[in-house]
Amino acid sequence: MLKINDLHVSVENTAILKGVNLEVKAGEVHAIMGLNGAGKSTLANTIAGRDDYTVTSGTVDFFGKNIFDLEPHERVGEGLFLGFQYPVEIPGVSNLNFLRTALNSIRKYRGQDDMSAADFMKLIRAKADQLGMAPDMLKRFVNVGFSGGEKKRNEMVQMAVLDPKFAILDETDSGLDIDALKTVAAGINAQRRDDTAILLITHYQRLLNYVQPDVVHVMIGGKIVKSGGKELAAELEEKGYAEVA
Amino acid sequence: MAATAETRQQVEDMSGEYKYGFVTDVEMDMAPKGLSEEVVRFISAKKNEPEWLLEWRLKAYKSWLKMDEPDWAKVNYPKIDYNDMYFFAAPKSMDKPKSLDEVDPELLRTYEKLGSPLREQAVLAGVEGAPRVAVDAVFDSVSVATTFREELKKSGVIFMSFSEAVHEHPELIKKYLGSVVPQRDNYFAALNCAVFSDGTFVYIPKGVRCPMELSTYFRINAENTGQFERTLIIADEGAYVSYLEGCTAPMRDENQLHAAVVELIMLDDAEIKYSTVQNWYPGDKEGKGGIYNFVTKRALCKGKNSKVSWTQVETGSAVTWKYPSCILSGDNSVGEFYSVAVTNNYQQADTGTKMIHMGKNTRSRIISKGISAGKSQNTYRGLVKVLPGADNVRNYTQCDSLLVSSESGAHTVPYIEVKNPTAQIEHEATTSKISEDQLFYCRARGFGEEEAVAMIVNGFCRDVMQHLPMEFAVEAQKLLGISLEGSVG
Ligand SMILES: Nc1ncnc2c1ncn2[C@@H]1O[C@H](COP(=O)(O)OP(=O)(O)OP(=O)(O)O)[C@@H](O)[C@H]1O
Ligand SMILES: [Mg+2]
Repeated sequence: MLKINDLHVSVENTAILKGVNLEVKAGEVHAIMGLNGAGKSTLANTIAGRDDYTVTSGTVDFFGKNIFDLEPHERVGEGLFLGFQYPVEIPGVSNLNFLRTALNSIRKYRGQDDMSAADFMKLIRAKADQLGMAPDMLKRFVNVGFSGGEKKRNEMVQMAVLDPKFAILDETDSGLDIDALKTVAAGINAQRRDDTAILLITHYQRLLNYVQPDVVHVMIGGKIVKSGGKELAAELEEKGYAEVA
Repeated sequence: MAATAETRQQVEDMSGEYKYGFVTDVEMDMAPKGLSEEVVRFISAKKNEPEWLLEWRLKAYKSWLKMDEPDWAKVNYPKIDYNDMYFFAAPKSMDKPKSLDEVDPELLRTYEKLGSPLREQAVLAGVEGAPRVAVDAVFDSVSVATTFREELKKSGVIFMSFSEAVHEHPELIKKYLGSVVPQRDNYFAALNCAVFSDGTFVYIPKGVRCPMELSTYFRINAENTGQFERTLIIADEGAYVSYLEGCTAPMRDENQLHAAVVELIMLDDAEIKYSTVQNWYPGDKEGKGGIYNFVTKRALCKGKNSKVSWTQVETGSAVTWKYPSCILSGDNSVGEFYSVAVTNNYQQADTGTKMIHMGKNTRSRIISKGISAGKSQNTYRGLVKVLPGADNVRNYTQCDSLLVSSESGAHTVPYIEVKNPTAQIEHEATTSKISEDQLFYCRARGFGEEEAVAMIVNGFCRDVMQHLPMEFAVEAQKLLGISLEGSVG
């Protein structure tokens, strides 16, 4: 599904990613852990196609395509989703309008007709309900005045509605209370299927108690320095990065 | 002519966004080129006008000759040669007033293409309870059709072309024409008084709430022709009307002048809601061609407790010079101005409002959203004036500018003159660059680049857009997206 080969990325002429290798197959859940500033979000943003990140060498193959040949929205059309570490506020644009436009853009990319307003309302209400989001949050402006936890939950609602094949969730578990964490974990597990894959970026073992990863990677200094099973996360939590990696 | 067609094709190939840029092929009746007393007489004669109106025009013409073109606005354009354009153009078939059935089918098709169906049946055939809008269509210098007239008549509403009103309701025209915008108010207003061609007249009688939205659809078609329309709307005591004007023009290499005058009068407890969606041809990507939109719009809240609300979405024109204003003369009267001005490529807009507080307890509210893209310049210019006798005035002004490109400019020029210490005036202004974070967030949800900009801009304009009548809000939203096409990258 996604294959990263010796990826080097710099931001404003500073090298951040220094040779990342990673392969995620359909049906798998991977977790990336690592110190602050290790380059985890940089990796996520590069895959999603953010402008300021310059790929100096390496390749990313997404469903057999060179991902860098695709515009950001085309990547989404191909099935990519990025759950943001810091979801952005868009004043004046309702959550509903935003998500409906997003969904229909993706459908258009795939040559499908727009979803009718009625079907869309049914879909989004069901997803919001599953993820414990109050219906009037849907009418509010995108993330404006949302609490930290509400923003993360909103990312999950978006993921559920857009139903991506490959989702990168950048610290979606940070800042959640324990109940929200369980709901979000349930949302991730619902998205976990034979034909989908998920890349979790997290600092905490506690999410991995609810979402069992197939592979855990440790990123330090712009490289994946160690990979292992889910026990690696527990080991990290116990001993810290210095000793494990 | 071949060159024109070629350039037009190029513009379409490159941008393809100005979908109203087609030309209607009808035979035209033109005034001799240029401006002179003869031309003024020609126009008046064409319209069979009474002597008093001809005199009125000639007086304006003489004043205009002595006036200078204003140069204080933050806009640049080559000097206009008033002798190198036509001041009157009418489709030949429009010599006599006609019923809709007799209107040249070519013209009807034009308005259909523009999305403004003149056939009442077409509207009536729609879904039960669908909004109905009465339309006056002005094609170059004449009004070609006014719909729903009979039905409006039943409620006493007068809605007709200005030329007809001159004959049918001379007493109202004589009383109110030029009563809000005097002939010598400014250079372009004086010019309009001399050569105005057609426009819309509306009178809502005492206590009547107009049963439908009224609208005028202005279309410039002929080449090298100026459009000088006049709109006069009178809301008698306790009356209410919501009025909308829409404008488009074909794509032409030459600049075309549009100098309109709009006068609104509200008596006691009356209210007028006036909305504009202005989409004149803005010129091409290199700034060639486009409409000069030099317009004087003013509302007089003459009666107590009267209210006027201007809402404008300005996306077109090469140069816009426009300040819909409110004279709040009646006690407790209210003036509102909600504006979205989008400029792209080489467009220049200098627009805003004047709130003149004369009566006691008068209130005004100004919300202006300027969006600048490409290499355009976008200026908000506004005046809030409180006269000595106006006690307890309140004004709130908010001006927000959004820069979509780094080569564009946003400017805010607020003038405040307060001569009464009880006034409470609030002014807020912000300028921001469209946020990369917002753009990327939208793009990471599947939005194309232009779609992302359109979404963010629509959000930015929401406080204004929500004041548009429902029927037009959706269209205006799309228009914002269209006018920003090609603005990113
Ligand atoms: N736009 C940018 N401009 C300058 N430096 C940047 C930019 N984006 C990232 N960096 C730098 O790149 C490095 C990696 O940042 P990144 O956000 O990828 O870390 P992270 O692993 O996600 O950290 P955290 O766990 O704190 O979220 C940091 O030193 C950061 O300051
Ligand atoms: Mg991060």
